[in-house]
Amino acid sequence: MWEALDILTQANFWAATLRIATPLIFGVLGALLCERAGVLNLGIEGIFVAGALSGWLAVYLGLPLWGGVLVAAGVGAAFGLLHGVLTVPLGLSQHVTGIGVTLLATSLAYFGYRVAFPNVATPPRIEPFAPLDVPVLGELPFIGPILAQQTGFTVLAFACVGGLAFVLARTPLGLALRAVGDNPEAVEAQGLSVVGLRIGAVMAGSALMALGGAFLTLSAFNAFYFGMINGRGWVCIALTVFASWRPGKALLGALLFGALDAYQLRVQTIAGGVVPSQIFLMLPYIFSIAALVLVARRADYPRALMKPYFKGQR
Amino acid sequence: MHPDSRHPDPRPLVLSLTGITKRFGSLVANDAIDLDVRAGEIVALLGENGAGKTTLMSILFGHYIADEGSVSIADADGKLAPLPGGSAQAALAAGIGMVHQHFALAENLTGFENIVLGTQSLWSLKLRGRGARAKISRLMAESGLAVDLDVPVARLSVGEQQRIEILKALYRDVRVLILDEPTAVLTPQEADSLAATVRALAGKGLAVIFISHKLHEVLALCERVVVLRGGAKVADRPTAGADRATLAELMVGRAIPPRERPPSIPGAPVLSLKSVSVGAPSARDRLEDADLEVCGGEIVGIAGVSGNGQGALAALVAGLAAPRAGEALLDGARLAAADPAGRVAAGVGRIPEDRHRDGTIGALTVAENFVLETIAAPENQRAGLLRRAAIRARAAEAIKAYDVRCPGPEAAIRALSGGNMQKVVLARVLERAPRLVLAHQPTRGLDIGATTDVHRRLIAARGRGAAVLLISEDLDELFALSDRIAVVHAGHLSPALPAEGLDVRTVGLMMAGHGVGEAA
Repeated sequence: MWEALDILTQANFWAATLRIATPLIFGVLGALLCERAGVLNLGIEGIFVAGALSGWLAVYLGLPLWGGVLVAAGVGAAFGLLHGVLTVPLGLSQHVTGIGVTLLATSLAYFGYRVAFPNVATPPRIEPFAPLDVPVLGELPFIGPILAQQTGFTVLAFACVGGLAFVLARTPLGLALRAVGDNPEAVEAQGLSVVGLRIGAVMAGSALMALGGAFLTLSAFNAFYFGMINGRGWVCIALTVFASWRPGKALLGALLFGALDAYQLRVQTIAGGVVPSQIFLMLPYIFSIAALVLVARRADYPRALMKPYFKGQR
Repeated sequence: MHPDSRHPDPRPLVLSLTGITKRFGSLVANDAIDLDVRAGEIVALLGENGAGKTTLMSILFGHYIADEGSVSIADADGKLAPLPGGSAQAALAAGIGMVHQHFALAENLTGFENIVLGTQSLWSLKLRGRGARAKISRLMAESGLAVDLDVPVARLSVGEQQRIEILKALYRDVRVLILDEPTAVLTPQEADSLAATVRALAGKGLAVIFISHKLHEVLALCERVVVLRGGAKVADRPTAGADRATLAELMVGRAIPPRERPPSIPGAPVLSLKSVSVGAPSARDRLEDADLEVCGGEIVGIAGVSGNGQGALAALVAGLAAPRAGEALLDGARLAAADPAGRVAAGVGRIPEDRHRDGTIGALTVAENFVLETIAAPENQRAGLLRRAAIRARAAEAIKAYDVRCPGPEAAIRALSGGNMQKVVLARVLERAPRLVLAHQPTRGLDIGATTDVHRRLIAARGRGAAVLLISEDLDELFALSDRIAVVHAGHLSPALPAEGLDVRTVGLMMAGHGVGEAA
């Protein structure tokens, strides 16, 4: 029994929590940015896959690691543009379009991978992001070993949380984004472009989602595998509701999910003989569902979420 | 008194529309309309639904582009310059501000955030607050528009939201302010305070275009009235010397017969509520400990700002809600459960508040909508199969009797105008000779012609001995129809008093919470 609690005191566990949470942080931030502007982006799962492949492939072909990050963001933004154009000016169903984008992006990524590497038995590898060498904090007990396992990519995720929170709360652009997800008429009446704001938000949000995918191939692992995203995008959609569309709470939700996932991996080794391992695998997902049930009933959805807006039609 | 050449108005022109024409297919929405507005002038724009008011204002505000004609607006030096069409940005920049009937406010933002939205560069890294606040405080002091700027707009009352809307326009230094049906949602006191504000603003040189169909407001507030009918301008005259009858006639194009309302002969109580509570205690639209009696042969009006409990009352009567406490009786039988079909069978005729959402099913035909509530009755079905021919025949009769303008019983009801749709609802309700008619906002959004028709039908139902429960936000309507009036505020229902002993002021104060329930 004590062993199960002992896990919480291990630096290794907290390091794994951060590693598991990082792609989710990107994904939730991306999803909440899109939804704050009034667009549900179910392309997230496929954009993760496309980001994972494109970032990795760019580095494999010789770009520096941060160059790969940029490529992934660009690919994400391109799929965001596709989703944005279909759902905002054309007003197509956001559900259907999002699922379509996921299918398209996933298939294109797998196809691209197969075309680039027709006959490989073991996936080719790259040299991923190296752990950080933090000068002072790295010397600290407990904190030091946790930080020593993180990369600059995770730092970027935390910076994005702060950055997005600042933009949404403190800048004219954030004001316009929050307004366009609540009442696009208000934005139109103030002389701003609803279409421009929404497409911009979906592109930026999709770029963030793609970074979540790229983290997996450029930092957590060093290769691209089929099925490696494994539903992480969908988890982010649920965590967005849990986060009430706030970046700070998004970070909290991603960390909670990451901690549960890291915990269940370790508990398996202790209790593995008694309880089937699948039960533990379910834990983070059961948490997501339970959190949704608790939070979603009171959730304050952006009022204009999923409602297409056409100019001059009231 | 006509603004002619003998007494030229010394005030400078700020806005000039010439020959504005806009066609939608074969429909001419605006037909060569000219309109001049001077600084400090309050001009009423009057017209029925579909007369072209909204189209004209949408052209002015850049939502539509006129097919012909031009808009000129004074620049900062007072010189008229043409306004490019089709751009809301250009209209805003030229100093045109519009307060829409349905507010264009983001409810998750505060009043302050709504006001400054779009006034600063999107790419600036900081929201500049101090200068903006100073300017808004100055505007509030000048106009008398006081409102809390730092709570989310969702928590403000309708009147306060409207003040934010006006401040939003003033913040952009408008020279022309368009108010679209601004008093439709206000209590009489709020409307008075709005009128005072508008006068103060006009006194400072703002040109105001006041769109309304409330003739007494137009006469009291505006110095000039422009009447549109069928897309064309039919009058442009000073309000001095005009009266309601002439304006109504100009709007409709024919004389409006005065409403005939024979004295009421109340019968036995049909609906009686004894200490009835409906809805969760935490809900805003709920009823607490309400007593009410509606007798056959009388119309009882319920006044109140919507969301104060009339929705709960309507839900109870319509069978959508059950009383939480107390006793509700319909013809002596207890209404204990939420049972819509049971209410219909017991003789309740329901005219719902939202005819699009609750009153009709848009995809079905006129005939199908006509029998919606009695679909199981033997005259409408046999062995589970619809008797289509019989339904169609009776619907055709109702269409004739109620003067529904539509291609026929097989037309989709969605294609009908609001007034004609409401006539179908009326026909459905009244053809069954109900014991109790629940009329919830029965004329909202209807023009004068359709409104008169609805009123006539309700008075006829009363004459037939039916009890009529009329829930309305329109005090003119309540006073025109009701024998007794009760006011609902924050879930509390006042006693229903004879309408002759009440006046609009008193009822307005009660709607704001003075003397109703615990506020007494």
